[in-house]
Amino acid sequence: MELNILTLCYLIASVTFILGLKMLSNPATARNGNLVAAAGMTIAILGTIFLYTDSDGHKLHNYGWIFGGILIGAITGTYAAKKVKMTAMPEMVSLFNGMGGACAALISAAEFYHIYRNHQGSPDTPFHDLVPVGFYITIVAGAIIGTISYTGSIIAWGKLNGRVKDFSFKGQHIVNMIVLALVLVSAVLAYRSDIGNIYLPFILIGFFAFIYGILFVMPIGGADMPVVISLLNSFTGVAAACGGFLYDNKAMLTGGILVGAAGTLLTILMCKAMNRSLTNVLIGSFGGGHKAGAGGAKQQGTVREITLSDTAVVMAYANKVFIVPGYGLAVAQAQHACHELEKLLEGKGVEVKYAIHPVAGRMPGHMNVLLAEADVSYDKLMEMEHANDEFASTDVVLILGANDVVNPAAKTDPSSPIYGMPVLDVELARNVIVNKRSMKPGYAGIENELFFRPKTSMLFGDAKKVLQDLIAEIKNL
Amino acid sequence: MDSLLNWITVNQQIIYIVVLMIFVGIEVIGHVPSVLHTPLMSGANAIHGVVIIGAIIVMGKAESDNYLALALGFLAVILGTLNVVGGFVVTDRMLEMFKKKKK
Repeated sequence: MELNILTLCYLIASVTFILGLKMLSNPATARNGNLVAAAGMTIAILGTIFLYTDSDGHKLHNYGWIFGGILIGAITGTYAAKKVKMTAMPEMVSLFNGMGGACAALISAAEFYHIYRNHQGSPDTPFHDLVPVGFYITIVAGAIIGTISYTGSIIAWGKLNGRVKDFSFKGQHIVNMIVLALVLVSAVLAYRSDIGNIYLPFILIGFFAFIYGILFVMPIGGADMPVVISLLNSFTGVAAACGGFLYDNKAMLTGGILVGAAGTLLTILMCKAMNRSLTNVLIGSFGGGHKAGAGGAKQQGTVREITLSDTAVVMAYANKVFIVPGYGLAVAQAQHACHELEKLLEGKGVEVKYAIHPVAGRMPGHMNVLLAEADVSYDKLMEMEHANDEFASTDVVLILGANDVVNPAAKTDPSSPIYGMPVLDVELARNVIVNKRSMKPGYAGIENELFFRPKTSMLFGDAKKVLQDLIAEIKNL
Repeated sequence: MDSLLNWITVNQQIIYIVVLMIFVGIEVIGHVPSVLHTPLMSGANAIHGVVIIGAIIVMGKAESDNYLALALGFLAVILGTLNVVGGFVVTDRMLEMFKKKKK
């Protein structure tokens, strides 16, 4: 009876996962979709704790440990998720993903140890006599994929918050391949070892997978981290599914595979939004290796600076203003000031809209979330295609901390690393005012020719401070 | 070869689930607007936290003198819970902001 109820719990959980994902991909139902999936997860967890019986009919024990662990995890997780700043959301997702990967790897390690311990008495038995190959593959795949996902996510997290710098060396891809091969060799070795000698190869599997996760993410540029996180996310899904195989657990299996498949597709969709292929992202030119060449690009002409009062005049007397937000806006937490400027200008009869590039900021949708936080109305946010149709009839484009997404080199310079990425055609507008903190290149590490165009003027400073001063200036007009 | 085919036959149920789930996963998010990429990724991130079930089983099965398994299981439960709870809460926070603009 109890087992039947548990089966039902897992069935409900699997359905809610599918339903949740479905609802998450539609703006109107997204929030409920998340709650539906969370409810299903709760059912599955509670069912496991209270109803699970193993093949010998034993119930779970160690309840103190289980509840202790859940309590610690739940409190820390909620606290971290509630406290994190909007700008740091992507890092947080990466970190949580890493936790999931580590969890999957630990499960595999524990199972491995379980087999080892049960057969300690006969150290000469070959391991492959004890474990069928299919079972072994799921254990070892869970360990490998989980570990790679863990270290990869931690590096991605470090890159997004600037603690880890891009790093690559010549022939890195070959080294990566070798390390990956070493992982697989260790896995085969472990399977062929006697039970008494299995420790070393198993530790080597973990060690090489650990290194591979680091090397895999290290050379990929920070701007591509969302894609990498999405990919690692689907890795963790597969690792979780391995656990499902191991325990013949359908909820883990469906949940894991679902995320593995959806995550992979999402990764490809994200790449498409940048008009690049996944291979290009993973081994492509954004990687630090080419940065020096592209970053040292020729300085074309001179940069023109504009004063705050001039900016105020130009904007207050314009008919139509477009604001192009970027990561700089997020870093400066200037979304509220931005909304205030928008209201002020509207009060003066200026038409104000936002042009949102699909990959502006550090994650797709980053800007939408940020501006929504400041109560900016949804219909003011224009997607790239629509915005591009309107730039020609725009008086002023105000760029707030965006760089690569407005770089005309993506259209004109085939040698540019971002060549082919769709960009906002801001140069069609009558005036372009760029707010940046300095002339430093953007995340892709390349010069932006736009800043040297005659129509462009620069307004240096922190986005929030500049906007506040600008608002004061306009009020004084 | 034989053992592989045998393995497929023995596990055919699971293999069917895997294949079908791959298609469901792809189908279900096929038309997601780019605005929702981030929350969707975050939501999917929370869902693979289902790995916590495995952690609970490891923990609950560990003999009380098997300290290594206890330690591994305990750590796994903590990490898995972090993934689940943190994942869903972060996603909800992201989506909370989407909701406002609907008014």
